[in-house]
Amino acid sequence: MLKILKYSFYDMMRSRWIYLYFGFFFAFTLSLFLISTDLSKVVVSLMNVILILCPLIATMFGVMYYYNSREFTELLLAQPIARRVIFLGQYIGLALSLSLSLLAGVGIPFALYGIFQSADIWNFFSLLLNGVFLSFIFSGIAFWIALKNDQQKIRGFGLALAVWLFFAVIYDGIFLLLLLSFSDYPLERFALGASMFNPIDLSRITVLLQLDISALMGYTGAVFQQFLGNGTGMLFAFGVLTLWLLLPLWRIGRIARVKDF
Amino acid sequence: MISINHLSKSFSKLDVLKDISVDFTRPGITAVLGPNGSGKTTLIKCLLGMVIPDQGEIQAFGQPVKGQWTYRSQIGYLPQIARFPDNLRVKELIAMIKDIRGTAADEAPLIEAFGLETYLDKKLGHLSGGTKQKVNLLLALLYDTPVIIMDEPTAGLDPVALIRLKDIIQQEKKRGKVILITTHIISLVEEIADEVVFLLEGRIHFRGTPEQLRMQYAGANLEEAIANLLLNENQAAAVHPKLTQHHNGTVLHKNLKPC
Repeated sequence: MLKILKYSFYDMMRSRWIYLYFGFFFAFTLSLFLISTDLSKVVVSLMNVILILCPLIATMFGVMYYYNSREFTELLLAQPIARRVIFLGQYIGLALSLSLSLLAGVGIPFALYGIFQSADIWNFFSLLLNGVFLSFIFSGIAFWIALKNDQQKIRGFGLALAVWLFFAVIYDGIFLLLLLSFSDYPLERFALGASMFNPIDLSRITVLLQLDISALMGYTGAVFQQFLGNGTGMLFAFGVLTLWLLLPLWRIGRIARVKDF
Repeated sequence: MISINHLSKSFSKLDVLKDISVDFTRPGITAVLGPNGSGKTTLIKCLLGMVIPDQGEIQAFGQPVKGQWTYRSQIGYLPQIARFPDNLRVKELIAMIKDIRGTAADEAPLIEAFGLETYLDKKLGHLSGGTKQKVNLLLALLYDTPVIIMDEPTAGLDPVALIRLKDIIQQEKKRGKVILITTHIISLVEEIADEVVFLLEGRIHFRGTPEQLRMQYAGANLEEAIANLLLNENQAAAVHPKLTQHHNGTVLHKNLKPC
């Protein structure tokens, strides 16, 4: 597995897109610091960008990488390597390079502005951890969709983008509509449950809980804090995020076992 | 070394392989022939575990291959289409395959045989179709495996490389290897094959020596015999659909004369 991961990682590192991704986060974080040197404010500003952009870029990279590396995959399939190892190795190599771009792009400016001597270090780590989780989850979902539609690129791209759009935009819209329509009823438990089904919402909640400003930033965050308290709420949210991470892994493993190439 | 029992495979509604039973155990060169879409490539991909059969069992070296992968280290495989990652250089690709397999191999004689010295530093995306096929051959023959499977090995090769390839195949045969080749070049079959397996519409229509095939279908040469076989089949299917039903390895309507 490590060998496949290594080549997949090298392959990604040859791509100029991964450097553009790094460059964007680097420039964006630096420009935020030019506006304000308050680390906590920069973390909050970055949060929404990371929560939307990491899943989008991971989705696009996930689909593109699968389709572009089909030749490599076919070559590997004829070698004495287990199928599961081939696909998981490729996926982890991809998600790892995306995560590293994010960590370096955001981390370097923060390090320059003294995050390691600051009390905001845990807020910063929480934000990065969520970015890494989202990169892994959404590139996994995209990889799974591409694997399932490996002869139909357009369909694969379309579906993967639709999944991102659903979780990033549509889900919250439906959620808010439901909360408004049923505002006469007690909805706390419903809101709590519904947040579990969207990894982006979950990530937002964990960052907000960490920043301790959940009451200001939305209904679900407040509900989470009320029900679970900071420590337990975070652990619970990360537990569910881990389940979200395992879902595409499990699907990739299953499809890889029975698919014809 | 390889035996296939009652293998069937369909892609959506298309039955590509229908209850195929055949074994490849004797050392020598077996040509797997058949018209386009007869199931040759699917059969080979089933052997390698790239296509998962619907029914039936394949055994390689005495073990069922289902869900297994270690047996592939005993098979040298040449895919039909040479497709490689475009941004890798030839020598990087060779190094990568050696690294992934984790066993040493000497590529120098094959590089020399196919004249690839000048291409080692070139990216695979910049190579011509024929040169890619030479790299494809190099990877298939890199390891000393008891079984070699080649899907259309001559595609795009220049005459010099073709002669070299035939030499290499003959050398490997002398070393007692089981070699499976699919091809549309009948002269190559006449020249090197010890045995022919003829696939038609997903079934084994004939198995025997090239000479037996020629005699059975009354051809002046192998090409004519195969043309007669296909014409026979088309006619029989049009006149009497039941006559086209046959069992593995035997032909039930061989008394029909070619037109």
